[in-house]
Amino acid sequence: MTAPLRGVVVCHGELATALVRSVEEITGIRDALVPVSNSGCDRGQLEERIVAAVGNTPAVVFVDMPSGSCLLAAVRRLAGAPGARVVTGVNLAMLLEFVFDRTLTPDQAAERAVATGGKAISSR
Amino acid sequence: MSIVVARVDDRLVHGQVVIGWGRPLELNRIVLVDAEVAASDFERDLYRMAVPAGIEVEFLRPAEAPARLAVLGGGPDRVLVLTGTVAGMTWLARASDQIRAVNLGGIHAGPGRREYLRYVYLTPDELADLRSLEAGGVRVTAQDLPTSAPVSLESLAS
Repeated sequence: MTAPLRGVVVCHGELATALVRSVEEITGIRDALVPVSNSGCDRGQLEERIVAAVGNTPAVVFVDMPSGSCLLAAVRRLAGAPGARVVTGVNLAMLLEFVFDRTLTPDQAAERAVATGGKAISSR
Repeated sequence: MSIVVARVDDRLVHGQVVIGWGRPLELNRIVLVDAEVAASDFERDLYRMAVPAGIEVEFLRPAEAPARLAVLGGGPDRVLVLTGTVAGMTWLARASDQIRAVNLGGIHAGPGRREYLRYVYLTPDELADLRSLEAGGVRVTAQDLPTSAPVSLESLAS
């Protein structure tokens, strides 16, 4: 049996922890997402935090900005890895979608996250 | 002077650099002096991703940097010079008269390092290098962002 997808949320400051807690409060699902902060570490240490959070499980890594240290660390260590995809611009909507269907492949889940997260952004 | 900031930051090009410093100082060029990055297509592509439109980034091996900084120092661009290590910046500041002040922006915890500020950890050798630079006329301060107060090397190490 394939392990369910893991989501790793990598953000500046305390944002990842706040997003993961919010998802847990809304859904009650507590084992799907792992927060990683870039606070207080250099490039190598941040990469190690991300690699440790991903582990040997198929994963989608959700990053806050389409640039910056979080993205660079994730891409540097995970680029080309078949079991991991990196999605930028993380928001609550895409994480909520993610935790309810972790049987997808990383490619499928990443594609869905981009679609869901994008649709959540609007102006009224 | 168009070398606006010469910064030591072990994360190299990241949010604090391109946004925190880039916007208020209206930077339009970042010069990353790092042999490893300059030699790697993958690393250069990675750091280009981190730079927003309106800011050019160039990657230099240390030996190339003094001549290039001499050109940029007399040009119109507003330049941030970046190294990942104190040793790299110390070498550069000794080799280039364009570096008249050094900003310690992010040097994180590691073996043999002591905490001086939340974002500045130094080995005894690094501290000695910085003191030597300052004795030679290069002003050294720690400041993670323009909105925070600069901390002099003297008060940092006292």
